[in-house]
Amino acid sequence: MNAPAAAATLTAQAFKSDYKPVWCPGCGDFSVLSAITKALPMLALRPEQVAIVSGIGCSSRIPAYTTCYGFHGVHGRALPVGTGLKIARPDLTVVVAGGDGDGYSIGGNHFLHACRRNVDLTYIVMDNHVYGMTKGQPSPTTEPAWPSKLAPGGTGVREFHPLVIALASGANFIARGFSGDPNGAAKLIVEAIRHPGFSFVEILSPCVTFRPDQRSWKEAVRPAPVAATDDPARAARRLMTDDGFNVGVLFTGKRRPYQPPVGKSVLRTADLEREFVL
Amino acid sequence: MRKKKPRKRVQAPRKRGGAYADFMAQAYTMEIEASQRYTEFADQMEVHNNPEVAQLFRKLAGIEGLHAKQILDEMGWPQMPEPVYALQWAGEEPPESAPVTELHYLMQPWHALELALRNEQRAEKFLAGIARSAKTPAVVKKLAAEMAEEEREHIRLIRDWMTRVPKPDRDWNRDPDPPFLGD
Repeated sequence: MNAPAAAATLTAQAFKSDYKPVWCPGCGDFSVLSAITKALPMLALRPEQVAIVSGIGCSSRIPAYTTCYGFHGVHGRALPVGTGLKIARPDLTVVVAGGDGDGYSIGGNHFLHACRRNVDLTYIVMDNHVYGMTKGQPSPTTEPAWPSKLAPGGTGVREFHPLVIALASGANFIARGFSGDPNGAAKLIVEAIRHPGFSFVEILSPCVTFRPDQRSWKEAVRPAPVAATDDPARAARRLMTDDGFNVGVLFTGKRRPYQPPVGKSVLRTADLEREFVL
Repeated sequence: MRKKKPRKRVQAPRKRGGAYADFMAQAYTMEIEASQRYTEFADQMEVHNNPEVAQLFRKLAGIEGLHAKQILDEMGWPQMPEPVYALQWAGEEPPESAPVTELHYLMQPWHALELALRNEQRAEKFLAGIARSAKTPAVVKKLAAEMAEEEREHIRLIRDWMTRVPKPDRDWNRDPDPPFLGD
């Protein structure tokens, strides 16, 4: 984490841009935006010290709604961009954000290797178990029996378990939040950013348009019954038997983050521009 | 809801610290978070071309903002020293903040008021609970009871307001061109 030693604390409002989110009314992503903009001042960060990188999807619009540096990237490729940015600019606090389709399907391979590399960044996935932007197709985390026009009777395919995959791949911090508790989610994000290495925060974020049944998540979520562990074997047992609704910090690893020395041969902007001239 | 004339509250302790200040910080957080949530709701309705409900949420945000300012004035705080998100509430959020999933793009003013009514009812229950609790210091107890009474007044005002807007039809949320890829 790269919090400044002495900076005037800003309010959440200072991290919100003038763009009004175009998400559907009732979307859980509003709360995640609220959680991020609350978490950053809690860390005494300023917008220019933070970069938010995203891929494609409803939730990936999030960089535009903040005053931090932002990069709305290519579908599924937010993590490579975020990783490169952190390697090149270790002084920045890098937050990568996106949805379950972007992160676990199109970007699934990058997810595995970002966990494995353990670069010091925070990955927030707004998981609504559906492709919302493209009108409600099943995503990797969709339950096998969820019926839709594109998959009548459900896909019949076992859902992806991102927290288990993250642990097996080497993520150094694993937490689950719920968008119905933005203040709780903000605290998780604070802990995630503070924890060295690759921090993964899955936030259950209902899609009220295509999955109105997810309104019932607020009755299903509960605080995780046990404190976070730093023992991967114990965490694996817990996560393998987890029903997907235990919220809180679930794993805090001790792996050393990967941060190669930044090279001295950084080109001047003019030199870089010349390289791109066709 | 009309803007009420600020009432002179229970005489605050000369040294405004300790339990009294903690309670006022909590009350402030409750009001300011409610105001911010209504502002977010107003923005959402504006984006989705529902100006009537947007305007109503904007008005509610203004009212809650005034309540928050009143607390700052009473305490002589230029602003809250820092956000108090770490406070413990009975639920996951401050009682006067409506859950984000409560909105619908076709909602009508009556629904917005119904949502505001539930917020005020939760706030009243929260404050009345503090006023009743044996663990609450006397000065806070009295103040919480006053604030609970104010919330009861807000409940009456909103109920009255609801009689002045049309009650929605049963199929208010029926969209002839729904977003879902259904049959």
